[in-house]
Amino acid sequence: MSSISIREINKSYGKGTIAALKNINLDVAAGELFGLIGPDGAGKTTLFRILTTLLLPDSGYATVGGYDVLKDIKQIRSSVGYMPGKFSLYQDLSVEENLRFFATVFGTTIQENYNLIKDIYVQLEPFKNRRAGKLSGGMKQKLALCCALIHKPTVLFLDEPTTGVDAVSRKEFWGMLKNLKREGITIFVSTPYMDEANLCERIALIQGGSILSVDTPVNITRSYGEALYAVRSENMPLLQSDLRTMSEIKTCYSFGSFHHVTLQVNGSSKVFELLNSTHPSFEWKEIEPTIEDCFIKLMQHEK
Amino acid sequence: MKQFLSFVRKEFYHVFRDRKTMLLLFGMPIAQILLFGFALTNEIKNTKIVVCDYAHDPMSEQVIAKLEASKSFDVVKQLMSATEIEAAFKADNIKLAIVFPNQLYQELNHNNKATIQIIADGSDPNTATTVTNYATSIIQSYMRDKFPQPDLLQINTEVRMIYNPELKGTTNFVPGVMALVLMLISVLMTSVSIVKEKESGTMEVLLVSPFSALMVVISKAVPYLVLSFVNLIVILLLSVFLLDLPINGSLPLIVFESLLLIITALSLGLMISNITNSQQEAMIVSLMGMLLPVMIFTGFMFPIENMPKPLQVISNIVPSKWYYTIIKAVMIKGVGFASVWKETLVLLGMTLFLLVISIKKFKTRLG
Repeated sequence: MSSISIREINKSYGKGTIAALKNINLDVAAGELFGLIGPDGAGKTTLFRILTTLLLPDSGYATVGGYDVLKDIKQIRSSVGYMPGKFSLYQDLSVEENLRFFATVFGTTIQENYNLIKDIYVQLEPFKNRRAGKLSGGMKQKLALCCALIHKPTVLFLDEPTTGVDAVSRKEFWGMLKNLKREGITIFVSTPYMDEANLCERIALIQGGSILSVDTPVNITRSYGEALYAVRSENMPLLQSDLRTMSEIKTCYSFGSFHHVTLQVNGSSKVFELLNSTHPSFEWKEIEPTIEDCFIKLMQHEK
Repeated sequence: MKQFLSFVRKEFYHVFRDRKTMLLLFGMPIAQILLFGFALTNEIKNTKIVVCDYAHDPMSEQVIAKLEASKSFDVVKQLMSATEIEAAFKADNIKLAIVFPNQLYQELNHNNKATIQIIADGSDPNTATTVTNYATSIIQSYMRDKFPQPDLLQINTEVRMIYNPELKGTTNFVPGVMALVLMLISVLMTSVSIVKEKESGTMEVLLVSPFSALMVVISKAVPYLVLSFVNLIVILLLSVFLLDLPINGSLPLIVFESLLLIITALSLGLMISNITNSQQEAMIVSLMGMLLPVMIFTGFMFPIENMPKPLQVISNIVPSKWYYTIIKAVMIKGVGFASVWKETLVLLGMTLFLLVISIKKFKTRLG
């Protein structure tokens, strides 16, 4: 049974001039840790807001936990947990006051569902009397997660929970999500970080309001379908412009300290020849495609 | 109910933890009451006047004595000739000159009619009117004492000072300031408080919860109702003990009517918060949009009767105008509910209208 199902959702802003979501179809199974991966402005937050009944779609429909997002607003609002992208707790209330407030709003108590948040809350406990506004970024995210979880939601919506959080806290955060999954909570999470995609069970790549692909991270990288190479030399900008002018090279994108390259034809001997003359110390190796490589490829394809 | 209480408690935390809010909430009313009560009164006290007595008969001397005896006037000079009056106005900063004609007493006895000339400094029309009225009333009261038979009364001035015979400025200002303060504080506080949640994003989280719009709106209003009520008590205490303003009517009635105005203002604030998207916007709408109309159309600074007809009509939509009418009547004249039920009904109608609109307009979604 699918916990979230989205059918042909369209949404535009500015009286129809800016399309935010184009014909979105998606199914998330109950208990799944599902990632919505895409850059800023791809339409992730809009989709989250439609699913949490905060926005109305222009057309199409969706259900969350079996409830219709257009009609069963009350049921959805009391059964899901939602953590918006922007830190949205009361900065002038203490950690404990925030948590207690949200527990009461949902008609429960901290004690009742303490086991659910225990692992996360123990880290916050030393600061429980500190105002939420004075917490570090990672701590804020943990508190927000606690507040979104305190009523034991059936579906948890996390909109870019790791944006603006340091690498260690991010890793920790994903660890927490894995634990929550064991409680049977469906988790729908969005992120602009491609490297976090592998931590999800299934992902949807979204760009410009359209879903490019939906599958497990492994299947997505597997479906890349051609050999990918990483190239490096001492003059990276020149290397890129050189590679891009070669007719043998299909694509060349900069990825940190390497350029990721695909070839027009099999065999790289011709390319090596050319590179040897201009970039004598170049490095060349075949690599496994990452989600980001797939994303860029799908994006180009879409265009 | 538990949710509601928890929300109200949270709201109190917000207020008490924000020093600026606290200052605004309690500093502004106190400052305004003191400012209006002491600095901005149009009360006349020890106003300098000169007299020019051509009559020099017992009657003129008695009138002068009576003027001197009043706390309002200070006769600084007796002039020998009316030609010196202008010089006195210019040199001595006097507000009024009173000229007694030659043979005042005889004229009154023979013709049953006499004229005393009152010359005022018209460059300040408000003060001029007030001091003229007061001087006239002193002369009239002298005439009444002297000639109890009404057929002899021939000085025809129609001004009569009732309820405030000493022309105490504060009596008019206090109900006005009460209206102003309660109105501004309540509108400003509530409008900002909801918009604050929109701005900080907490509204987004709050919306995705079982909380109903009605609950949010009501529980936002409750703390400010309580705080405005405290404000009201402070204002009343200050008025009675510091400004010596008597409360002639029933105190429960005053409190009831004030609570009604507070609720009207809270509803207005909620409505503003529903149509604005940032604290700044809400602040501008409630301060700029409210301050001037409330100051002008409440009636305590400028009499509404003197305004052009269209403005008089507009003044009817300002809640504080009705409240001011009620409070002035209850507090100073000491009338009961029977005399103010119509105004009360208007206020009640406004409150219901605004409350329904703000609950209806409450956005249960974003954007």
